Amino acid sequence: MRLLTHNMLSSNIKGVTNGFPLKIQVEKVVEKQVEINHDFLRNIFPKIDWKAFSDASRIMGYDEMPEEPPEPSVLELNVEFLGKFHHALLELHLEEGALLCPETGRKFPVNKGIPNMLLLEDKV
Amino acid sequence: MWYLCVFYHRLLDYRIPEFESLADLFGAFGDKRSSDFNTQDKVLQWRLPKHHHPDSPFHFVHLPYEDVARKIANRSILVKGIYELWGEGNDFEELEEAVKSYPDERKLPYLEYESTFKITVDSFGKVLSLQEQNERIQGLSYIPFKGRVNLKNPDHNFWLMETDENETNNGLPPVVKRRIFFGREIGVADRKLIPMYQLKTRNYLGPTAMDAEMAFLMANQAQAAPGKLVYDPFVGTGSILVSAAHFGAMTMGADIDIRVVRDGRGPDCNVWSNFKQYGLPMPIGLLRADNNLPPWRPGLKEVFDGIICDPPYGVRAGGRKSGGRKLLKGIVSPYTVPDDKRADHIPSTAAYTLVECVHDLLDLAARMLIMGGRLVFFYPVLREDGSVETHFPEHPCFKLVATSEQMLSSRYSRVLLTMVKTSLYTEELALAARIKHLEFRENHLKWLENGNLHSSVFSPADAESGDSKVSKESKLKYRGKYV
Ligand SMILES: C[S@@+](CC[C@H](N)C(=O)[O-])C[C@H]1O[C@@H](n2cnc3c(N)ncnc32)[C@H](O)[C@@H]1O
Repeated sequence: MRLLTHNMLSSNIKGVTNGFPLKIQVEKVVEKQVEINHDFLRNIFPKIDWKAFSDASRIMGYDEMPEEPPEPSVLELNVEFLGKFHHALLELHLEEGALLCPETGRKFPVNKGIPNMLLLEDKV
Repeated sequence: MWYLCVFYHRLLDYRIPEFESLADLFGAFGDKRSSDFNTQDKVLQWRLPKHHHPDSPFHFVHLPYEDVARKIANRSILVKGIYELWGEGNDFEELEEAVKSYPDERKLPYLEYESTFKITVDSFGKVLSLQEQNERIQGLSYIPFKGRVNLKNPDHNFWLMETDENETNNGLPPVVKRRIFFGREIGVADRKLIPMYQLKTRNYLGPTAMDAEMAFLMANQAQAAPGKLVYDPFVGTGSILVSAAHFGAMTMGADIDIRVVRDGRGPDCNVWSNFKQYGLPMPIGLLRADNNLPPWRPGLKEVFDGIICDPPYGVRAGGRKSGGRKLLKGIVSPYTVPDDKRADHIPSTAAYTLVECVHDLLDLAARMLIMGGRLVFFYPVLREDGSVETHFPEHPCFKLVATSEQMLSSRYSRVLLTMVKTSLYTEELALAARIKHLEFRENHLKWLENGNLHSSVFSPADAESGDSKVSKESKLKYRGKYV
């Protein structure tokens, strides 16, 4: 699970009103290379919830994302930052671990890189 | 300028929509940033050769410039080639006259001394021997070719194309009349893609994997391209996303069946490996989720450029016909099922009902697609008395831009729908969708609790092997033969 995906997900348990962001429990992080695409990064940047993203990147062991959301112009001017943003968003990959609902603590497991967002007690 | 477009003679209903989607992608309709771009009608002008039936592989199409034509031809699955027509006629005399009167300034640049060229003879409706082909090439001596012939890698390719009426046509009007065309090649298709990606070679296969040709057509309808993000909410083995990734899009997928999406058949035989196999970038994200209870955070919207999928209607499954048929018959649109009828439309035997599934899909797409983004999905129809129901799902955020039918059996067809998001997803729409969702929800939860999950998920698909003989009158032969 990349941080882009993490940034899009919330706990959809019935009755939960504040299901975002999901807390990341790390067991194993791997880096998976992705070809950088500037258009894509520019398009997706305004959709990112920055605080959740930068917090998550630190939990995944990457310290380069500022806590405050950067100005969009940084994407045009600062190639180095663009590379780091790309790395944090798309190359850090939670291979094993879990996502915890911030309200109920309910655990959504992440195995083999796939978050399981549908919990059926009886059959998994 | 007008160009001659020659299609492959298959999936007839898909040809023009694919062409127009690619024309749009490559800028034939002008600047994508202009504000009315999304609502503008993006259809091209088409003409048929004299006395040709609309099913004819030969069409004339108007395009703003050659570069668009080349890009369309190179990427299209159903275009065989696009040509600058230098002349046409009913016989060789007429052809000669036409080619001679075609303006020199359009011809001479391609006939220069330093250039190399090749002439190919192609025929439709008959077979020409090598000798006949050579005679025809000799017959073109009135064209002042000054360059050298190079059969391997010529600068310019010329085509002499002949069509002949086909008598054995089951009493139907012939699609082509005798006609001869001569033209310069602008671009031709790369059909190597199809054998390269065919399912037979696919590492990880499921019973409902999408065949390569159709998956490419779907990706073209969705205008998958580098820099875009494409989502499949019913990803299964990933066969549709593979085609989107081939065209350079980033991909993301979800499926309710964790065994399918996570485990596959082992560490080297799963959704990821289907991308690795072709050297394609892996999906950016795969997750297990129920499209009826999507896990997207509140406030998230407009992130996907395209949503492409083959939803789990269950009607293709052999065992569930009774539920499926009733369901299909009554359906008009997920938003217009009358209340008193609704009970009929949610048969307890059906898994994730058609209405519900389409409702969820449209709501997801309305919210999660960017403006101008495309939703491309299959919709099943029941054929009755040879006619196809023409009522398709509607949604205030979307404009339906293409419907392409493929017959699966004498009773069922699937129609590929292409919708463009033309209006923003408003609070009112979100609210209306939530209310509708709650109505369905109880039923859905009951279904999940009944342990129907896996049985409904990988039900056998008999669709592909079904008999595909019966068809609309005029399309009888071609459809039955090729689809
Ligand atoms: C027709 S198949 C699509 C197959 C896919 N195109 C492939 O390449 O394998 C439908 C898929 O939808 C999944 N599915 C069924 N109900 C679902 C739901 N409520 N939410 C998400 N996925 C679902 C099934 O597990 C199945 O893999």
